[in-house]
Amino acid sequence: MNITVMDLSTVQLLTDFAYIIAIAFFVLSLKWLSTPATARRGVLVGEIGAALAVVTTFFNPELVQFQWVLIALFAGAIVGIPLGLVQMTAVPQRTALSHAFGALAAALIGISEYYKGISSTPPLTKFEMVEIAMEVIIGSLSFTGSLIAAGKLQEWLPQRPIVYKGQNYVSFSVLGAAVLSALVLMFNPTVPFLFPAMVVISLLFGVMLVTPIGGADMPTVIALLNSYVGLTAALLGFVLNSKVLVVAGALDGSSGFILAVVMCKAMNRSFTNVLFGAFGQLQVTAKAAQEERTVHTATPEEAAAILASANTVLIVPGYGMAVAQAQHKVRELLDVLTKKGVDVKFGIHPVAGRMPGHMNVLLAEADVPYDKLVEMDAANSEMPQTDVALVIGANDVTNPAAKTDQGSPIYGMPIIEVDNARTVMVIKRSLNPGFAGIDNPLYYIDKTMMLFGDAKAFVSSVVKELTGGGE
Amino acid sequence: MPQGFIENLYVFLLAGFLGFEVIRRVSPLLHTPLMALTNALDAIVVVAAIIIAARRGSVLSEVLGSVAAFAAFSNMVGGFLITDRMLRMFKLSGRKKS
Repeated sequence: MNITVMDLSTVQLLTDFAYIIAIAFFVLSLKWLSTPATARRGVLVGEIGAALAVVTTFFNPELVQFQWVLIALFAGAIVGIPLGLVQMTAVPQRTALSHAFGALAAALIGISEYYKGISSTPPLTKFEMVEIAMEVIIGSLSFTGSLIAAGKLQEWLPQRPIVYKGQNYVSFSVLGAAVLSALVLMFNPTVPFLFPAMVVISLLFGVMLVTPIGGADMPTVIALLNSYVGLTAALLGFVLNSKVLVVAGALDGSSGFILAVVMCKAMNRSFTNVLFGAFGQLQVTAKAAQEERTVHTATPEEAAAILASANTVLIVPGYGMAVAQAQHKVRELLDVLTKKGVDVKFGIHPVAGRMPGHMNVLLAEADVPYDKLVEMDAANSEMPQTDVALVIGANDVTNPAAKTDQGSPIYGMPIIEVDNARTVMVIKRSLNPGFAGIDNPLYYIDKTMMLFGDAKAFVSSVVKELTGGGE
Repeated sequence: MPQGFIENLYVFLLAGFLGFEVIRRVSPLLHTPLMALTNALDAIVVVAAIIIAARRGSVLSEVLGSVAAFAAFSNMVGGFLITDRMLRMFKLSGRKKS
């Protein structure tokens, strides 16, 4: 008997040590992620930490029934592997989906703790009930919110913000109802059906929170949901008194929060404005007021000649480049121009793409070396010495109206100031406003050449011209 | 207020500050892999799910725990996998030329 007791406490001690090592590895993992040179080591150390924690958990002497959980883990791996192999253009929706999964897992555990708590003696204390309620509310709303975000990014749901009059009041009333349910439960945890009602209300609020947010704001929303999911995991750590969850959740939460702040700054918006501002409403009228203006156009031959005679070229890619699947052709353009002695760099706006850092990944996938990628501020300080700024599939992030037109919905947003380059080229299908639907005066200034056509086809004819004519 | 709560609050605050300082230093170049990696690390929730699902308890907690284990583990596997895939793509140009 004594030996068994000692074994149990030894196992407990070993588990605690394993979790502490896992946590240390997680922090190292994030530290090594800071630069590309050490980043893969960071992933490895994170994997070791996670594996250690999972394996050690199975030695927990409380565990008696393994069949379902083993099937669940197996199924998780079966689903997780293809989700780890998606294309780089699909990473934003994959990320949103994994936020949904993370929130779901944490919320379900919280729900299970509630039912365990109300049927056990002593019953849940007020304090425990509040912890569980908070955890389940935030977990549930993050779950449905992330699902809606994933649906929008996958374009199963409309990208445009869906709004109606008095929406914010309705949404806040729903959140209020969830909080009120939690308060009632605090004083009487066993009110029939109130807890499931609170869960349903929270799920509904998640839907209402993300539905009115437009496609252009998705980078911020994803980061914010990331932060909620981290917070949910940390709260679950409080509920279960598990330090490993508190730390992992705090790390995830602060990461999401930092990214959300970066995204907001890059768009000159506040959190409240992103969440409740319904971006993309004003443009409907702006579009109607648009009159005919003249633009300069150029053929691939002309564009190739100008690019070949330039000393410095800055390519400004936007999500349109990825939609046209033009990344690989753009890399060929980089290669051929570099061979001709042109200095080519890429100017990356923080919100280029559909999630934080998305454009870097898309270009890296196309074998563009990362030392060619320049952040917005550096790109802007080099802009006056840039011969050609080539905009491919980007729109709002180069829109000078953000600096000059106080009436513009993007006024104040930091942009890549391509209008300071000696020549601007814009590859675009037509003059239609882009993702966020805002008109761009850049297209009508004298030094801008519009290169109309499909980005992939256009770049490939420029490349053909450069390789054919130059040798 | 329970003692455990205070302890957890200490841990939460310190981990939050630590996370802030460490993650602030991550190059914007790697913000997408960062989100994928934190997602995978956050999936450590799976250890709680395993305990809930496998310990002696109600059928409900076994079911909820198993579904949670499924969701969290798919994040863990998929998250690490995609982070590494993305990071493998980041190359320097010097290597090709020299």
